[in-house]
Amino acid sequence: MRKSLIGALLASATVLSPLAAYAETEVQFWHAFTGRLGELVKAQVEEFNNSQSDYVVVESHKGNYSETLNAGIAGFRAREQPHILMVFEVGTATMMSAKGATKPVYEVMAESGATFDPNAYIGSVKGYYTSTDGEMLSLPFNSSTPVLWVNRDAFEAAGVDPDTDLSTWQKVGETLTALKAGGEECPLVTAWQSWIHLENFSAYHDVPFASKHNGFAGLDTELMLNGEAQVKHLSAMGEWARDGKFIYTGRRNEGGANFRSGECALFTESSAGYAGIKAEAEFDFDVRPLPYWDGVGNAPQNTIIGGASLWVLEGHDAEEYKGVGEFLAYLSSSDVQAKWHQDTGYLPITAEAGEATRAAGFYDENPGTDIAVIQMTAKEPTANSKGLRLGSFDQIRGIIDEELEAIWAGDKSAQEAMDSAKERGDTLLRRFETANN
Amino acid sequence: MEKRVTFRGWMLPLLLILPQVVISAVFFFYPAGQAIWQSLFIQDPFGLSARFVGIDNFTFLLSDPFYRASFVTTAVFSVLVTLCSMVPALFLAVLADRLIKGSGVYRTLLIWPYAVAPAVAGVLWLFMFNTRVGIISWYLGTLGYDWNYVLNGGEAMGLVVVASSWGRISYNFLFFFAALQAVPRSVIEAAAIDGARFWRRFFTIVLPLLSPTTFFLLVVNVVYAFFETFGVIHTITAGGPQQSTTILVYKVYADGFVGQDLGSSSAQSVILLLVVGLLTVIQFKFIEKRVHY
Repeated sequence: MRKSLIGALLASATVLSPLAAYAETEVQFWHAFTGRLGELVKAQVEEFNNSQSDYVVVESHKGNYSETLNAGIAGFRAREQPHILMVFEVGTATMMSAKGATKPVYEVMAESGATFDPNAYIGSVKGYYTSTDGEMLSLPFNSSTPVLWVNRDAFEAAGVDPDTDLSTWQKVGETLTALKAGGEECPLVTAWQSWIHLENFSAYHDVPFASKHNGFAGLDTELMLNGEAQVKHLSAMGEWARDGKFIYTGRRNEGGANFRSGECALFTESSAGYAGIKAEAEFDFDVRPLPYWDGVGNAPQNTIIGGASLWVLEGHDAEEYKGVGEFLAYLSSSDVQAKWHQDTGYLPITAEAGEATRAAGFYDENPGTDIAVIQMTAKEPTANSKGLRLGSFDQIRGIIDEELEAIWAGDKSAQEAMDSAKERGDTLLRRFETANN
Repeated sequence: MEKRVTFRGWMLPLLLILPQVVISAVFFFYPAGQAIWQSLFIQDPFGLSARFVGIDNFTFLLSDPFYRASFVTTAVFSVLVTLCSMVPALFLAVLADRLIKGSGVYRTLLIWPYAVAPAVAGVLWLFMFNTRVGIISWYLGTLGYDWNYVLNGGEAMGLVVVASSWGRISYNFLFFFAALQAVPRSVIEAAAIDGARFWRRFFTIVLPLLSPTTFFLLVVNVVYAFFETFGVIHTITAGGPQQSTTILVYKVYADGFVGQDLGSSSAQSVILLLVVGLLTVIQFKFIEKRVHY
């Protein structure tokens, strides 16, 4: 194998790790987690390494989700790819189309002989990462879904009852007006606008985001995010932005800082925001299901996941794949999953882990942490709410972000912006189709 | 009289220029050739298959109104960066040149920002102008100005221009300062005796004598604004809001490294290469005529 700079860096990281012993088979694992999440991943890897003596998993952080995917692809092109690569849900279509670069998880598991039951995973999570004939292609790792976070102290300060009903956007709209009137400067803030207010919005109201079952049924899919339901929601959000009731802070999760510091009253964010909010918030908060428009589509249907899964890359020895299989089996075990769910606020992605968590009394001690689970699993997913599988989706999200900014700034109407997003996104989908046919 | 050194034979001169040729070949001609080659294909991200499409990548780009708009954004950005980094540099150099004592200290202090990498400079400016924690945003707020570069394209452009120019002022200062030192004192003194005041001497004598330096900096700064400002834009605005700070080189990155669309990204690199080449030719053909060496 050719040694490159990356290889050398990895090698030096290995030397520094006290666990590395050269007699053991090494498994490289590239991920995108820093901070608290990074520590938790490190702890998982350490526990696995200590639990047996045949394999050593070497974890390394490769930047944010986009950068990690990019590092994996660059690694593959230079024949320096890791065994396991963390890929966010947006990159799923890219990975699925890369036959010859990826080794499906069901194959790895069958060859390694590790105990593994794909049916242990809850349907809405598994569905995202399985092929059309039901085979698991990548291992679900961290999954979350958007919920509504409430700063109860801010409600009190503005003279609004913090227990007020926030189940629908109609009611949220009235509440925003009351909050604003009560002197609240930042009634509503959001993270991941496209994911929450378009992708999940569409699933939750059971309206299509893209044709061909949101891309699950073929590469010749077209965006349908300029539908009536989406435009209605974005028009309302645009009005709230103009009235200073919805404050735009940026394309990623910048709004988290505003909410955690107590500036904002309501925050639409991933359920995985729990760890950070719990650690930093010096106010009384609670969590509610994501609101829906009463009377629009079939709301509430179910929300979809965000997060990442683990892909196994081609080009390594059979012995090494055995180690990969062992590690993935360890990760999917119920104990590891339950601990991960409780520590992070990510969903318990196996049914057993959810039950174990409930039995341990976690939901009673931390009320609201099961809302995300209920919201995702209450109804059987439809073709519109199974998830999204679109090529070049990272770029399409960029386009959506730009068009949403045009709405918030008042430069375009919601209809104009979404028509333009559809047109621009479809061009990229056609290019992806050409490149992967 | 011009002096010429001539070599006997070919070996030695070839050997002497070899390092430069090798470096150019490895770091310029090879990657540029690759870009031209890849711009003719549509490839999947992993490089498993490539389809020859001729000039389709170019027609795809040029038919995209957002890509064409990016040319205008780039032009505005580079003109502003060039102005904002050269004018203050010249002003500071003139002031430092007038100092009799302590000009060394000022010189050193003024050169410092050049040592800061563009991405780091971006973060520094971001901290000051961040809508939530930025100290300058806070002052603007107390003055009643609602600073929000996250939604206001003009403010975002202003911020990336300032952040890109800041470190560059040092570089330009250095060249202007050296050039000012080379202006013959006798000419200035003669003009002073004739009664020309400082600014008149500056515009009629000093500035024309600085023209070779100014021209050199003009070319270098335009190239800088086109290619090296990526880090600043990436850390501050990531091209937004909408597309107000998406300059050509940022789009090369976004399509190539985020979108994994190497065909389009390569085609953009080729177009960028042509644009900058053309600009440099224009500068040499038309502006250099007005330079006095």
